[in-house]
Amino acid sequence: MSAEPILSIKGITKTFGGLKALVDVSFDIEKGDVFGIIGPNGSGKTTLINCITGFIRTESGQVRFRGKDITGWKPHKIADMGIARTFQIMRPYYSLPAFKNLIIPLWSPRARKTGGWRGGGKHGDRDTVAVDILEEIGFERDSRVPYKLASTLPTGYQKRLELARCMALRPDVIFCDEVFSGLSMSEIAGMVPLIEKMKSEGITLIMVEHRLRELFKVANRVMALNFGEKLTEGEPLDVIENKQVREAYLGSEGV
Amino acid sequence: MRKERIDRGLKVRTEGIYAINSAREILYLMGPRLLLIAGLLALPFVFEFAPYWKRVINIMCAYALLAIAFDFLANYVGLVCLGGAFFTGIGGYFAAIYNVNLGLPIYLSIPLATVSGALLCTFFLLPCLPLRGVYFAIVTLMYPLLFTRIIEALDIFGGTNGITGLDSFPNPYLEHYAIIIIALVFLFGMRRFVNQDVGLVLRGVKDNDQSVKASGINVTRMRIIAVFVASFIGCFAGAYIAHLYMWAGISLFALDFSIIPIASVVIGGGGTLVGAAIGAFILVPLSEILRAFGTFRIVIYCIVLTGFIVFKSEGIMIYLQRKYHQFERWVKV
Repeated sequence: MSAEPILSIKGITKTFGGLKALVDVSFDIEKGDVFGIIGPNGSGKTTLINCITGFIRTESGQVRFRGKDITGWKPHKIADMGIARTFQIMRPYYSLPAFKNLIIPLWSPRARKTGGWRGGGKHGDRDTVAVDILEEIGFERDSRVPYKLASTLPTGYQKRLELARCMALRPDVIFCDEVFSGLSMSEIAGMVPLIEKMKSEGITLIMVEHRLRELFKVANRVMALNFGEKLTEGEPLDVIENKQVREAYLGSEGV
Repeated sequence: MRKERIDRGLKVRTEGIYAINSAREILYLMGPRLLLIAGLLALPFVFEFAPYWKRVINIMCAYALLAIAFDFLANYVGLVCLGGAFFTGIGGYFAAIYNVNLGLPIYLSIPLATVSGALLCTFFLLPCLPLRGVYFAIVTLMYPLLFTRIIEALDIFGGTNGITGLDSFPNPYLEHYAIIIIALVFLFGMRRFVNQDVGLVLRGVKDNDQSVKASGINVTRMRIIAVFVASFIGCFAGAYIAHLYMWAGISLFALDFSIIPIASVVIGGGGTLVGAAIGAFILVPLSEILRAFGTFRIVIYCIVLTGFIVFKSEGIMIYLQRKYHQFERWVKV
């Protein structure tokens, strides 16, 4: 197998003042992977996503997407290439109804190029597509939920809305920043099939997660970070058996 | 005891799916709009024998346009513009240059001034559009001051005397109806615009620009579109005022053109667009009535404004909409 990885990260380093948030992090992601990134609080997981998706600048290192160097690109151009992301702290458009939230990604140049909808007039079509996407992601079409203001939705639906916003772009890669956090067990149980469905549709997923049990159900490769440094990478069970990873999570005395 | 607000049955029926099957329902939806349109169109006739007040109508509509532009930028795009005077000044001077210096007729100078003024305003505001925060507000506040000083110091465009001798409107009715109809067109047009898909994207920029970026849309480009639209409206008002007074001078950059629209939005109700216009329809005549009190008028003006902010901070329009669509009753809990 000499196929080029869909996403290749080489030597990313980022410091905030004196704090080293990321130190020389490198990894490759193959197409169709569900790649988990784990690590204790403050280990640089979200910073890593922000660096790759262009929301913050890296000091050094290189991000290649399908062989193309996208280091230092603007976030909207990276999203336009097909790399979508969710936010750990949900960022819906609070003043708009849930389905109108999806008009914004559907209006983007990428969604218009990839043709999220077919035929029909100029107006109203996006609304139909938006409700279709919401239904796929678990909003019951005939209930009132898709038409409620985003600010009135419960957390579980807001997390789903984040995923729906990514799906509307028809991306190749989605970075999921803690989609399971803050959810009840039943909401998580509803979320796992969505992730599996995206995987089966051939979307490459990178998941930052604290919920290891659920992550290991879906992930096929896992990387562990601690204090901005990559500890190890490999099969989920190998990673969790790794001594350094256990020390990072439990403290050195706990092992 | 607790106050309960319930939507009127009529509102629920006419909402969402437009199942309109009776004259009463159509009137319920169209009534307020028709009242506003008919009222504005009738104004020049109502004040037929009060020529002074007929001129107040014109200036009132110009302020309404500026208030709509402010409301659009502040409540739909999230850019607080403290420089309505920047738009009027640029639009007015462009109209004067086209009309006096280049000899273009009035029906060309106003549209040309509107378009070129909007382009110039957008160009000058470009540097602060990629930024979030107060920068846009500060820059828009400074530009009118800057241009006033430049015109004074370099003595260009007539210096402190301004450019005189602009064509007036061929007849007084055209003068009134040009601005009234344009104000109505922009009012209803903007309301439609903010509910289009592109308008929703702009509202998304206000709510959450990070999320818009993550959706693959260039936020700066969206802000440029919004600023162009707002300055287009403002520059039209400026070009109109210049032709109305047959004069373009540094007073077109006066603070009034920045402050009164903002006050109008505050008392009219932000985010409704029509509220902004209604606020201007109240404030501008009010300040004319208060002219009789001399310098004391500022005090009364301030008291009225403060009263509105303290007792009806939501704004007239939001209050009226609530009364129109809902009934209230006291219930025991």
